[in-house]
Amino acid sequence: MITSPAADVFAQPQAQQRLMEMRLADLPPGTAARVVSVSAGDGKAQVELGRRLAELGFLPGEAIRIIAKGFMARAPIAVRIGTGTFALRLFEAACIRVRPEQPQLG
Amino acid sequence: MDAVPSAPSPLVALVGNPNCGKTALFNILTGSRQKVANYAGVTVERKEGSLLTPSGLRVRVLDLPGAYSLDPLTPDEQVTADVLLGRRAGEPTPDFVVCVTDATNLRQNLRLVLSLKRLGLPMVVALNMTDIARRKGIAIDAQRLAAELGVPVVATVGIKSGGVRALIKVLETVSIPAHARQAAAWRTPSAADIAHDQAEVRRILGAVGGDRLDGVTLSDRIDAVVLQPVLGPLILALILFLVFQAVFAWAQLPMDAIKTGVAAFGGWVGTILPASLFKDLLVNGVLAGVGSVLVFLPQIIILFFFILLLEDSGYLPRAAFLLDRVMGSVGLSGRAFIPLLSSFACAIPGIMATRTIQNPRDRLATIMIAPLMTCSARLPVYALIIGAFIPRRTIWGGLELQGVVLFALYILGVVGAMAVAYVLKRGGKSGRNQALMLELPAYHWPNLRNLGIGLWQRVEIFLTRVGTIILALMVILWALSSFPAPPPGATGPAIQYSIAGHLGAWLAVVFAPIGFNWQISIALVPGLAAREVAVGALGTVYALSATGSDVSGALTPLIAQSWSLPTALSLLAWYVFAPQCLSTLATVKRETNSWRYPIIMAAYMFALAYAGSWLTYRIALALS
Repeated sequence: MITSPAADVFAQPQAQQRLMEMRLADLPPGTAARVVSVSAGDGKAQVELGRRLAELGFLPGEAIRIIAKGFMARAPIAVRIGTGTFALRLFEAACIRVRPEQPQLG
Repeated sequence: MDAVPSAPSPLVALVGNPNCGKTALFNILTGSRQKVANYAGVTVERKEGSLLTPSGLRVRVLDLPGAYSLDPLTPDEQVTADVLLGRRAGEPTPDFVVCVTDATNLRQNLRLVLSLKRLGLPMVVALNMTDIARRKGIAIDAQRLAAELGVPVVATVGIKSGGVRALIKVLETVSIPAHARQAAAWRTPSAADIAHDQAEVRRILGAVGGDRLDGVTLSDRIDAVVLQPVLGPLILALILFLVFQAVFAWAQLPMDAIKTGVAAFGGWVGTILPASLFKDLLVNGVLAGVGSVLVFLPQIIILFFFILLLEDSGYLPRAAFLLDRVMGSVGLSGRAFIPLLSSFACAIPGIMATRTIQNPRDRLATIMIAPLMTCSARLPVYALIIGAFIPRRTIWGGLELQGVVLFALYILGVVGAMAVAYVLKRGGKSGRNQALMLELPAYHWPNLRNLGIGLWQRVEIFLTRVGTIILALMVILWALSSFPAPPPGATGPAIQYSIAGHLGAWLAVVFAPIGFNWQISIALVPGLAAREVAVGALGTVYALSATGSDVSGALTPLIAQSWSLPTALSLLAWYVFAPQCLSTLATVKRETNSWRYPIIMAAYMFALAYAGSWLTYRIALALS
């Protein structure tokens, strides 16, 4: 099967990446993104965690960006949500899925 | 019928997210007319003040703890929600609510405003930090905001009085309802409610011109350096080093002045009063005892000055962020770092500072290990023993051996504390997935007025404690060391015949396996007042007539002669771990509202000290 190389190399990946959803922790620092979903799980503690994140502004559609990541493994990350900045431990960040705003370059 | 005071003052509550400038606004509204206490049964700080409006109305203002939501997750938020809902016993429901919002962060703050509106209490929104917002290019239309929200909105600037006048004008219209107001029934918002609020917040932001996200702000540029994985910890270490330098170097002069002043005052009282039991109580019990704790005031003031400075500028949460991983490895929160830092000066303000830790279990673990940090009261004891037993020579090319031993004692305390924290957190239910969700507010210049008020409140709390619990303990210890008086013709020092002396003789049996003689054992009893009192007590036991700082000088050769090296090392180990400070235990009792934790603390520290000293003594004996 032969397809246009241009469509393969440019159009296709770009379209895919615009849809690409990822865990917040995998978002490269400084990359603007939007929250896709916040879900911690079904347990009582998890529901409470999800609610608290929502109350801080971690809600679908909100602008999000990573400000800083720690040096050590499992260190917390600093996250900009809307106009506020919060330090989240990794298990907290794990509840949040995001989609980058612009396709990543490189 | 109740006797109603002629002009009951309306109660106004300030509510808002943490970091919205609420306390700064409270300081401007009430000035220094503030009362700081605790809410009954919890250790959440209750701040109330009052103000007199131009028309002569007296208004009581309550600064409720910062809250993100009315569905409480922390003790702070629990208090705020309970007070607003009228569910807190002994606290009347506020007549009026001032919801303080940060104009630069309305997107987050408006959610709380919407929740408060649903409560149905009469309220006004204070749109704070409008100056910073304007500088950022965010111009919020306050009138439009008022129209959209359906409540009055007043633009204020947290640190200037201008906008506050408009707020006070609104407060003048507050009237006390004839009947006790019943806040509307509250229900936990569902997912649909939260989504509805989010849409509402976006709609309002769009309407008032606040729907704008920052690009890279100045705070972001500072954070790029301060939170950088390698530079960040280095900067933190440098700041801590400078704070420590200041605490120990700057405080020396005023500490000496207090010491000399108290001694001189005691001497003066001694000359004008005839020799009597009362004079002895006043000079040796009250003055010497309270003086020995009061001497730490300069260190506490300097330390809290820096802590407040770092807090007000926004750096402290960053320090907690940087340390979270290290602290987390023993089950503590990054927030524990501030109280532990304070404890290097004195565990009492350190334990009081644990109030900033929201998780009760984290807070308790931090309280429990705070006294293991090497407080300055240990220094005179360390200095005496190190001076007498550790030779003055350099090792490993240039390091002072005495300094190395002192440093090792500090490290031993920190390592011991981490180990205890690890055991405590393991012993309880697993706390591995403790929430952090720590807000990192934008940096700003500290405000001197707020700094001054905050510092004065800390000093007041410390002085109150010195004047009450600590004073009482000192008098009790004095009595133990003075009664009964020695029989006529007694040859030994008077303390040997007192209750403390008998206790010491009994303790000597207990302490024999760790190498303490009866003189040390007796000195440990009055040494419970404050650790360094043991130095003076040793002087008394060895029947020295010298007073004050001379005791240490005269003691050094004496103990160098009469103690063995293993005994000295064992005593050093004892002082690293032992609960040799009743004031600390009394503070723990107050802060935890229970006898349980001071008792557990005393027991585990005693066990640790005994084990540590026993090991030290046995190993030193075997090696010598």
